[in-house]
Amino acid sequence: MSDHDHIYSTKLQDKIERNTLLMFVFTAVAVAVGGIVEIVPLFYLPNTGMNGGDGTYNNTQHKDLQGKVIPMDKIIWNPTTSEHKTLADWQPGDGVRPYTALETAGRQVYIREGCFLCHSQMIRPFRDEKDRYGHYSIAEESMYDHTYQWGSKRTGPDIARVGGKYSDEWHRKHLKYPRDVVPESVMPNFFFLEKNPVDTVKTVKTLEIMTKMPFNPVPTTIYTPAYIAGAAAELDGKTEMDAVIAYLQSLGNHVKFEKGVNYRD
Amino acid sequence: MIARLQKAVIRDGRFTLTFSVDNHRFFNLLSGGDTVEATKATPVKYDMDVVRWFTIAAVIYAVVGTLIGVYVASELAWPFLNFDIPEITFGRLRPLHTNAVIFAFGGCVLMATGYYIVQRTGQTKLWSNKLAWFNFWGWNLIIVLAVITLPLGLSEGKEYAELPWWVDIMIAVVWLSFGLNHIMTTAIRKTSHIYVSNWFTMGMIVMITYLHVVNSLAIPVDMATSYSIYSGVQDAMIQWWWGHNAVGFYLTGGFLGIMYYFIPKQSGRPVFSYRLSVLHFWTLTFGYVWLGAHHLQYTALPDWTGSLGAAVSLAMIIPSWGGAMNGMMTLSGAWDKLRTDYILRFLVTAMAFYAMSTFDGPVMAIKTVNALSHYTDWTVGHVHAGALGWMSMISFGAIYHMVKKLWNTEMYSEKLVNVHFWIALVGAVTYIVAMWVSGIMQGLMWRDYDEFGTLTYTFVESVSAMHPYYVMRAVGGAIFNLGTWIMLFNVVMTVRQASAVRGVNAVPAKA
Repeated sequence: MSDHDHIYSTKLQDKIERNTLLMFVFTAVAVAVGGIVEIVPLFYLPNTGMNGGDGTYNNTQHKDLQGKVIPMDKIIWNPTTSEHKTLADWQPGDGVRPYTALETAGRQVYIREGCFLCHSQMIRPFRDEKDRYGHYSIAEESMYDHTYQWGSKRTGPDIARVGGKYSDEWHRKHLKYPRDVVPESVMPNFFFLEKNPVDTVKTVKTLEIMTKMPFNPVPTTIYTPAYIAGAAAELDGKTEMDAVIAYLQSLGNHVKFEKGVNYRD
Repeated sequence: MIARLQKAVIRDGRFTLTFSVDNHRFFNLLSGGDTVEATKATPVKYDMDVVRWFTIAAVIYAVVGTLIGVYVASELAWPFLNFDIPEITFGRLRPLHTNAVIFAFGGCVLMATGYYIVQRTGQTKLWSNKLAWFNFWGWNLIIVLAVITLPLGLSEGKEYAELPWWVDIMIAVVWLSFGLNHIMTTAIRKTSHIYVSNWFTMGMIVMITYLHVVNSLAIPVDMATSYSIYSGVQDAMIQWWWGHNAVGFYLTGGFLGIMYYFIPKQSGRPVFSYRLSVLHFWTLTFGYVWLGAHHLQYTALPDWTGSLGAAVSLAMIIPSWGGAMNGMMTLSGAWDKLRTDYILRFLVTAMAFYAMSTFDGPVMAIKTVNALSHYTDWTVGHVHAGALGWMSMISFGAIYHMVKKLWNTEMYSEKLVNVHFWIALVGAVTYIVAMWVSGIMQGLMWRDYDEFGTLTYTFVESVSAMHPYYVMRAVGGAIFNLGTWIMLFNVVMTVRQASAVRGVNAVPAKA
């Protein structure tokens, strides 16, 4: 018997080692399992999973102290049940809503400038994070964030709830020359945003695309044809600086959190 | 038994099979490739031109990638370096640094060694030399496009997957050309068994294809912008499934293939244990995939995902350390070579760093530790323990080894190899220590309460406390970068010297 025929591990392993196709198939299956187990169930979460894009949602699991289920409409803004029917009427606390046209333009700039590399948008359920940043982030709050922006590093502070904390004027000054406001800051100067007008064509197209997303699209009851048609007027004369500030001011004040409710699964 | 073995060797002449103490086979590479060329009447002619070009490209990208790294590190230490030029602000250059080191440097190393190893261990030419050249030019075109698009702010907003959608499509095509060529070359091999390095490369090819395609699915708005079809929690999980497995299969699996070939080759010793390599491969291949979830502990994802990620991460110490042992113990009986063989120093030090980062990683995946380490520089330190200590060191070792073989010459200066080794080691350690200290300090400052029950430090106090460590990090990175310049010089001089001897172009035009 040639030594090549001798099996030094198991018969199966030896067979695999001799056969390229067999090794390919076994490898392709082995590497697929973990991802399937961890990713697929997330698409069936009751709160942020596949909603039909028509403004209806599945039941939630969030319960208050008495064990009563919190209706989803209290967490995700639903124009059909809310007293505020349009994006323009929406008030903080009405529930998670998609971004307005100007905020959408600002978010694009936020992604372009790589802000997520230094600023997280995900507050964890710890005492110090609650004291520093506010209530921990919940899944619904980023359900419309195509390309989530949670980040992985806090070279600067978390900004998941920065909305409303500072004035527009503070943001403008700070974004232009951060060290004028915070001397120890290491953030680059973004003064040039004030010189760039917002990209209207891109932004309007983005709104349209957001309603067509296969997962968690923006319901057309919110981005109505009328809203999209009026978006260009909303963006008229705005700079990228205005847009970024609008985006930052929209972060984190959507949901009215109630005491004693566990918003985590 | 011995008689039978001798018979096998004589009959076949391809493998000299060595037996370990537990009487199991090692792949003795010493006779895997070279002996055949020496003994057979018609030696195998390999397609090595493309490997030469990939090798040279890798050396250049090592210099460029780490140089950009030093610059972005300096921007955090001295923010005036952003110079009010949008194209070179931290947010735009940092993706260029990560893309340059991972895809330009790492990719060229993986493709050079992949094509080198698969031919030699299979004793066959490439399945398609033309496709390999398509792979070379395609990959380099993508790198050029990254250099143009990232500073212009074309970003998909996903870490390590920033490149615009149309470049993503090109990556998929070129990656599959590499994968197809590598797997088909494995299929047409002349040897009976597939060598262990090629298992790891195959695992990488398959997994990176899955990851890249699934994670990059997006709807384009225009040439510059596209939006991921996933959002929120689902997008986060898919992103870190991609992010961690790009590390697991590309920066680890692919480079373990390098380890399993070049350590035995350079040390002249068979792989320590064949059985351990089987265990190493299958546990790593099956298990690594689960780790992405540990990046999302305590986030808005359901708790079970983070816990599952943590549990599997801890279990991964076993295959990782098994593999590290397998690499290190290959030197058993030849440890004295470390005194004279500088290339071996790179390879073995890489294994030490591999063992260290695969301990550091699972520790950080423990939920209570992660509560402190997440969002801090500790993560950056951990990544660079892997990138500078493990991935770069094993690459440098492999590059020096290949340059000598590919141009059939000695290094221009062995001394400079040694100088490079020590500079790289000092640079890497300086960098890692700076980030460990700053990371833990950040984590502790953020969660510190004073006697009145209020937060002790404002956020910006933690920023200014980081300054000395950011300086130290930039210095460590600069030292490491200096080493790559030395390698570039040494390799260029070696190639020139070899060409002078042969009187031909050392890097011949496209064959």
